[in-house]
Amino acid sequence: MSLSQIIWALIKILVMIGFVVNTAAILTWLDRRQGAMMQDRVGPNRAVIKIFGREFRLIGLLHPLADGLKFFTKEFYRPPRADKLLFSLAPILAMAPVMALVAVIPFGDTLCLRDVFRTAGDGGWVWPVVPRYGTCSAGGGVDPVELMVAPLNVGLLFVFALAGQGIVGAAIAGWSSDNKYSLMGALRAASQMVSYEVAMGLTLIGTMMIYGTIRLDDMVRWQGDHAWGIFVQPVAFVLFFTAAIAETKRIPFDLPEAESELVSGYFTEYSGMTFGMFYFAEYMEVVTSSMLLVTIFLGGWELPFLHRDGLTIQFGDGVLLHQVIPHLWMEIIAVVTFFGKVAAVCWFQCVVRWTLPRFRYDQLQKLGWRVLLPLALANVLVTGVADLAIDRAGPSLWNALDVVAEVTQALIAVSVTYVVVKLTIGFFTKRTRRPLIVGSAAKMAQKTGGTPITPMQA
Amino acid sequence: MGTAFPKKAVSAAKVVVVEHVPHTPTIQSYLPAIAEGLAVSMKHFFKNTKEMIRGERPDPILEGYEDGISTVMYPEQKRPYPERFRGVHRLTQRDDGSPRCVACLCCSTACPAQCIFIESGEYPEGDKRRGYERYPVKFVIDELRCIFCGYCVEACPCDAIRMDTGAHAAPYDSREQFIYDKPLLLSLPARDGSLKTINPRHEPGDASYPGLTREHGH
Repeated sequence: MSLSQIIWALIKILVMIGFVVNTAAILTWLDRRQGAMMQDRVGPNRAVIKIFGREFRLIGLLHPLADGLKFFTKEFYRPPRADKLLFSLAPILAMAPVMALVAVIPFGDTLCLRDVFRTAGDGGWVWPVVPRYGTCSAGGGVDPVELMVAPLNVGLLFVFALAGQGIVGAAIAGWSSDNKYSLMGALRAASQMVSYEVAMGLTLIGTMMIYGTIRLDDMVRWQGDHAWGIFVQPVAFVLFFTAAIAETKRIPFDLPEAESELVSGYFTEYSGMTFGMFYFAEYMEVVTSSMLLVTIFLGGWELPFLHRDGLTIQFGDGVLLHQVIPHLWMEIIAVVTFFGKVAAVCWFQCVVRWTLPRFRYDQLQKLGWRVLLPLALANVLVTGVADLAIDRAGPSLWNALDVVAEVTQALIAVSVTYVVVKLTIGFFTKRTRRPLIVGSAAKMAQKTGGTPITPMQA
Repeated sequence: MGTAFPKKAVSAAKVVVVEHVPHTPTIQSYLPAIAEGLAVSMKHFFKNTKEMIRGERPDPILEGYEDGISTVMYPEQKRPYPERFRGVHRLTQRDDGSPRCVACLCCSTACPAQCIFIESGEYPEGDKRRGYERYPVKFVIDELRCIFCGYCVEACPCDAIRMDTGAHAAPYDSREQFIYDKPLLLSLPARDGSLKTINPRHEPGDASYPGLTREHGH
């Protein structure tokens, strides 16, 4: 491994871990604030920092900071009869696999270092364009950089292996705590995650068959060339999303934690930063599962019609628009797209968490074994048959499917544009309200010209 | 048999037939219902976020029945109490700043919670009020014991104790802090900021003084 490779690896680790950790920190605030917004409440907005006598509240973004400080300064208490080694080990085991999991997730197309810019003959700079399917220009002792921490050939298997490790932390935490609630939580966590691990693995078999690879970056490239996974494997998408939420152990699948039944489940006995690690691992799991979902089903870094060489709007053989865009811009767009999609899916997971009611434990297992598993198996069967049939069919069907794929890309572009336009219009539309003066308090408020506005409202 | 339920036969007109929900795969999979719920909560999210960013939240008191966040941000915003709200007591002052209270013990007698303690004292020899009235050496109200019934205000013949501060007792840390003494009670303003009351005080010697004075020969 050359020095430049090591430096690039460090940069990639920094980007990935930095994104996961920071997003998880923001999610601890966003989850509460967004839940408040969805339930017509205000939510956490009071944490304040004073700089030069001025108070900054930043719509409550300082709450994660305050939480972190609190976690670090609180006492680490271990129950007297708890297993010392395992009790201390469990938070690490809960957090480490989640961090390691992001190693195989690609966050951008291969960066051709030689093609970022070149000096032209007259001393100016040229921004080269990389061909859509071509490789980077070689030479100069500079290798192209793959924008994933570990370009493993067994990407998806690595993900499964590490996602399975999450059980160990929860199970050990519950076992070593010397607390019956913790033990119940750990048992539930273990059985729930084993159940959903099965469904999760089986749902992805269909995608593996269609994409023909288990490298996550190749999966993204396939989706960029054809259609996003959500269109080719819609059932798998729903099943995988369900299983991924179950893996994060959040509502509606929060049985291992079950505040209303088991205090806090398997981390009841944890305090201070050890609790913080469990809490944080949960939010990091939200981020990593969103990353997986984006990579496998939502086209990773790809945007509709944007390819390596630029914008190409094309249906079948008819090219409507072709605009070359320099490689550097395409790379920046790709990375921003990936992280933006991940943020959007994290947001959506929070919407799900604040909308759906909790399952009962038997309902949870029923859903896992009687619904998700058979559906996943059926999905594998149908996908296999369809894949084989399409392979045997002639090129006319393939061309038709290509057009369909391009239509789905157009569909994404149109619907996203529609949503953005709708939201923008909604943002600038003012609502009309009618005051309703009921009671002497409202009458007095009306006399004084309404309730005074405070900056604390934001 | 005793009282069976329902006691009376239900008339056919009152029977509400609950429609049986068919067990179709769409309904049994819950997916449409889930999508509906997600849409509702997203709508609320976008609406409230927009109003938070643009500062267009409904007035929590005037438009409290409208959609949106109608939280009263308490210490900064306050829901105005009704005009006749019985708040924390105050002792009204005379023009010279002394309490109007004449230590007649009417309020502490009327108090059902026995939360008022008054130690009355005579004015010193030579004071022009001596012989007409006394004054409270100590006037203590235990605001934790008080049930805010307002009997003390009704009992007071001098309009010396009032509950028109428009404020509730502040939440303190310890019980001692809820025991309000004379200087504190005298310093609490009415809702309009005044330390006095609009009812005039008729001092002995004033032409309007209704009672007997020393000058009357009797």
